[in-house]
Amino acid sequence: MIELDRVTRTFSTPGGTITAVSEVSLAFGAGEVMCLVGESGCGKTTTGRLLAGLLRPSSGRLLFDGGDVWATRGADLGRFRRGVQLVHQDPYASLNPVRTVYDTLSAPLFRHGKARGHDGAVRLIRALLERVGLTPPDDLLPKYPHQLSGGQRQRVAIARALTVDPRVIVADEAVSMVDVSIRVTLLDLLLGLRDELGVTIVLITHDLAVARYFARHGRIGVMYLGRVVELAPAERLVADPAHPYTAALIGAVPEADPAVTRAKRRVPLRGTEIPSLLALPPGCAFHPRCPLFEAGLCDVLVPAVLPIPSEREVACHVAVRERTRVAAPA
Amino acid sequence: MTLLSVRDLAIEYASRRGAVQAVRGVSFDVAPGEIVAIIGESGSGKTSLAVGLIRLTPRNARTTRGEVLFDDGIAPRDVLEMDRETLRRFRWRHAAMVFQSALSSFNPVIDIWSQFLDTGRAHGMSDPRAVRERASELLRVVHLDPDRVLRAYPHMLSGGMKQRVLIALALLLGPRLLILDEPTTALDILTQRQIIDLLRELRDRLGFAMVFISHDLSLAAELADRVLTMYAGRIVEEASVSDLFYRPRHPYTVGLMRAVPRLSGEPGALASIPGSPPDLVRPPSGCAYHPRCPFAIDRCRAVDPALVAVDTPAHTAACIRWDAVAAEVGARIA
Amino acid sequence: MSGIATTLRAIARTPAGLLGLVGVGGFIALAYLVPLIVPLQNAVDVANLYRPPSFAHPFGTDFQGRDVLNQIVYGGRDILNIAFLAAFFSTAIAVAFGSLAATVGGRADAAILAVADVVLTVPHLIVLIVVAAIFRPDGVLFIALLLASLQWAGLLRQIRAQTLSLKEREYVEAARALDLGLFHVIFREMLPNMASYVAIHFIFAMTAAVYAQVGLIVLGLVPLSGANWGVMLYLAQSQGAIYFSDSFWYVLSPILAIVLFQLSLVALASGLEDVFNPRLRTA
Repeated sequence: MIELDRVTRTFSTPGGTITAVSEVSLAFGAGEVMCLVGESGCGKTTTGRLLAGLLRPSSGRLLFDGGDVWATRGADLGRFRRGVQLVHQDPYASLNPVRTVYDTLSAPLFRHGKARGHDGAVRLIRALLERVGLTPPDDLLPKYPHQLSGGQRQRVAIARALTVDPRVIVADEAVSMVDVSIRVTLLDLLLGLRDELGVTIVLITHDLAVARYFARHGRIGVMYLGRVVELAPAERLVADPAHPYTAALIGAVPEADPAVTRAKRRVPLRGTEIPSLLALPPGCAFHPRCPLFEAGLCDVLVPAVLPIPSEREVACHVAVRERTRVAAPA
Repeated sequence: MTLLSVRDLAIEYASRRGAVQAVRGVSFDVAPGEIVAIIGESGSGKTSLAVGLIRLTPRNARTTRGEVLFDDGIAPRDVLEMDRETLRRFRWRHAAMVFQSALSSFNPVIDIWSQFLDTGRAHGMSDPRAVRERASELLRVVHLDPDRVLRAYPHMLSGGMKQRVLIALALLLGPRLLILDEPTTALDILTQRQIIDLLRELRDRLGFAMVFISHDLSLAAELADRVLTMYAGRIVEEASVSDLFYRPRHPYTVGLMRAVPRLSGEPGALASIPGSPPDLVRPPSGCAYHPRCPFAIDRCRAVDPALVAVDTPAHTAACIRWDAVAAEVGARIA
Repeated sequence: MSGIATTLRAIARTPAGLLGLVGVGGFIALAYLVPLIVPLQNAVDVANLYRPPSFAHPFGTDFQGRDVLNQIVYGGRDILNIAFLAAFFSTAIAVAFGSLAATVGGRADAAILAVADVVLTVPHLIVLIVVAAIFRPDGVLFIALLLASLQWAGLLRQIRAQTLSLKEREYVEAARALDLGLFHVIFREMLPNMASYVAIHFIFAMTAAVYAQVGLIVLGLVPLSGANWGVMLYLAQSQGAIYFSDSFWYVLSPILAIVLFQLSLVALASGLEDVFNPRLRTA
C-alpha cells in the first residue's frame, strides 16, 4: 500500500554531504505494524519523514497505492498528504500554544468538508476525543495546550491525525517524552487504531523493549547509519538476532530485573567510535566495529538486504551466508 | 558511619499559582561507597531533591525545613547551614554533581582544558600543572585520550564522550559522593551501556558513593545497591535492589514495574498507571497516590502514611495496605 | 468585546503598562474628544503676544496672542492620525510580505528580500526630505503613505526571520501535513504566535512616524498649517520664539506634548509583553 523503493536522502551541510538514508526499501500493507529502531544518526527519523511525504527523496521513489507520490501534483498529492500522518515526539511542541483543542481539531474538519458549522464539528470532535481516551471530551474543548499534561497532548495530536482518516500513521518517538507509567496506554491506543480502523502504524523509537512490545504482532526494522540492517518479526528478532549490530544492541540494553541485567552477556565490539555520516566506512558501514568482520569482504562490498529463512531479511554478508547455508538442503 | 544523612528535607518553589511543594519531607542515608538510586517520574521532585542536596536550587526555591548532614571525615555538618565560603569549599571536594542538562551546557567557545582549569581554580587547586596531571589521569580513567580531549572544543565530542568528561570533571577533587541526574537519558543504547559499565568500574576502583536520580528502573537494576522510589515529593518505598524488584510493597512501585516493557523473557502483559501526577500546589488529602491506586480504601484518603518496615527492617514502604500488595505481587512478578 | 477588556486589564497589571494606557488614552482623549467641547481659538490678539502662563492661558500665548494650550489640544490630531496610519501601512506590508516570503521561499523570497534590502540601505531622512521637497505632501494620508513607504523594510526582515523559525515548529508542520492551506498556515498558525512582536513593533513604528513627521514639518517641507505640534515648533523657530524667555512655553509645550506621547507609547509597549503569553490564558 505504501512503499519506499530504494530511497536515498542526502543533506548538504557546511562540512559536506550527509547521506542520512541510503537505498532504503520498505513496504507496508494495510493494517501493518512496524517499529523502526536504531541509535541517533541511523536515519530512522528521516525515513519516517520520507514516508510521510515531508521530505523528498534525493533518489528512489515513494509509492502510495502503486503510484509515485512525487510525480503527482494537486489533488492527488493532497490525498496522499492526508493519507499519511505524522505524530511528533515532543508533546510540548506539537500543538499550537495559542489555539485551543477545539481550534486545533476543527480546522482540518472544516477544511476537508467533514463538518459544517460549529455543532457538527463539536459532535465529530467529541467522538474523536473519546476514541483517543480523553474523557469527558467537553472539558477539553476550550483548553489550551499548556493546560494539558504531556500524555493528554499526545492524545490530542493523535486525534488531530485522525481527523483526516489517514491510512498510515508514523509515530516518531511519540512516547519517548511521556512518563513511563503512561507510555503503555498510548502504545495500546495506537495499536487499537490498527485493530479498529485498519490503520498502518509505523513507530520510530530508540527503545528496543518498547519496540518488542509494540510490534509483537508485526515487524521490527533495525537501522544503522542510514541503512536497514535487519527486518524481522519482533519475537524472532529479539530471540535470535541475525545482524551483529542487532545482537550488540540487545545485549547492551539494561533490563528492569537485577539478576537478568547484571548477568547479561554483552556482544564485544571491535571499536567504540561511531563513524561520522560525513565519512562512511567503505563496504559495510558497521565493519570497523563488527565482531564478525571478514577482511576483503566486509570492507569492500556493501551488503544488500537479502532474505533469510523464516520471513526475515538482513544486510550482512556473513549472516546471510551462515543462515542460508544451514537452511539449504544437504 | 553514614556519609550522607538527609532528614525531613522539604523544598518548595514560588509560582504564580502558589507554593509548589516539590519535596515534602524526605529522609534517607547513604553509606560510604554505596550506590543509591532514586527513581521517580516527572513531578516526583527527584531533580529538586538532587540539586537541593548541594544547594543548587534556583532562586525561586526555598528549603523550608530539614537537614542534609554530610560527614567529611571529621564531623557531620549540615550543608543547609553552611555559609557561602564553606559551601564553596564543600562542593566538588566532598560532593560533586553531574547534571542531565550539562551535555548541552558546555560553553561552546571554551576548550575542555580550560573547563578543567576553571573548575580546579574555583575549588582551590591553584597550580595549573597539578590540575593538568589530575585531569589527564582522570580522563584516562574514563577511557578517553587526554591529549586529544583536553585540546578539543565541546562540539568535537560525541554525547558519550561529553558525559565522560563531565564525570571526570566531577571527580577532579576526589569527592566521596557523586550525585548524578539522569546520567544516561540522552545517550544511545551502546553509549549508555559504556557509561553504566564505567560508573560501576569507577565506583569499584575509587570507592565513592553515588546517588543517582532517574526515571529509568533498569538503570537502578544495573547499578544500585539500594533503591528509593519517589512520588509527589515523598519517598514511597526504600529497599535493597533485589527486595525492590522482586518484592515490591508499594502500589506505585508495582505500577511502575508493570508499565515497563521487557526485552528478555516472556513478553508480559503491561499496564499503565491511570491518571496523572498530582498538583503539587494542592496535593491530594491523605496519601498522594490514592487517586491512582488500585489498592486504595477510604482510609487512604484521610491518612498520609509514614514509611513503615515491611518484610525486613531495611525495607520500608509508605502504604497502609502493603500486605495486600505483598499478597498480590507474590503471585505475579518474577 | 470581552477579549479587548481582558487585554486592557492585562496591560494595566504592570506599572509601565498602566502608565502607558493612561498616557495614550489621555492623549487620544485630548486629540479627539476635547476638541468636540472646546472650540479652536484662532483670533489674533495683538495685545497679548507671548504672554507667560496665567490662569487664562495655562501655557501662555504665541506670537499672535493665541492661547497655546488650545493649540496643544487641537495640535495632536494630525500627528496621531499620521502616526497611526503610517504604522498601520508599514506593519501591514511587512507582515503580509514578510510571512509570505518566508513561507513560500525560492525566487519570490529572494525578490522581496532584495527590494527590502534596497529600501533599508537608503538613508531614510534624506529620501523623505527630497520626496517631500518635490511632492509637497499636504494631506494626512499622503504623509502617512510616504512615511510608511520607507519604514516597512526593517520589520519585514524581522517578520520573515520569525516566520522562518516558526515554520519549523512541529505544529506548523502538522498543519501542512493536514493540507490546511497556505492562508491558514500563515494567518491562523504562525501569525498569532507573532502577535506580541507585531503589536510592539506597531507601537514603535508609531513613535518613529511621530519623529519623522515632526522632523519634516520643522524643516518646513510639509505645507501643513493649522494647529499641529510640529507646526507650532516650526513657527516657534521661524518666528524667533526660541530667543525670548517670554516665549519659552510656546516652544516647550509642543516638545513636552510630543515627548510625553512618545513615552506613553513606549510604556504601553512594555506593558504588552505579558498580554500575549498564551500560558496566561485559561479556558
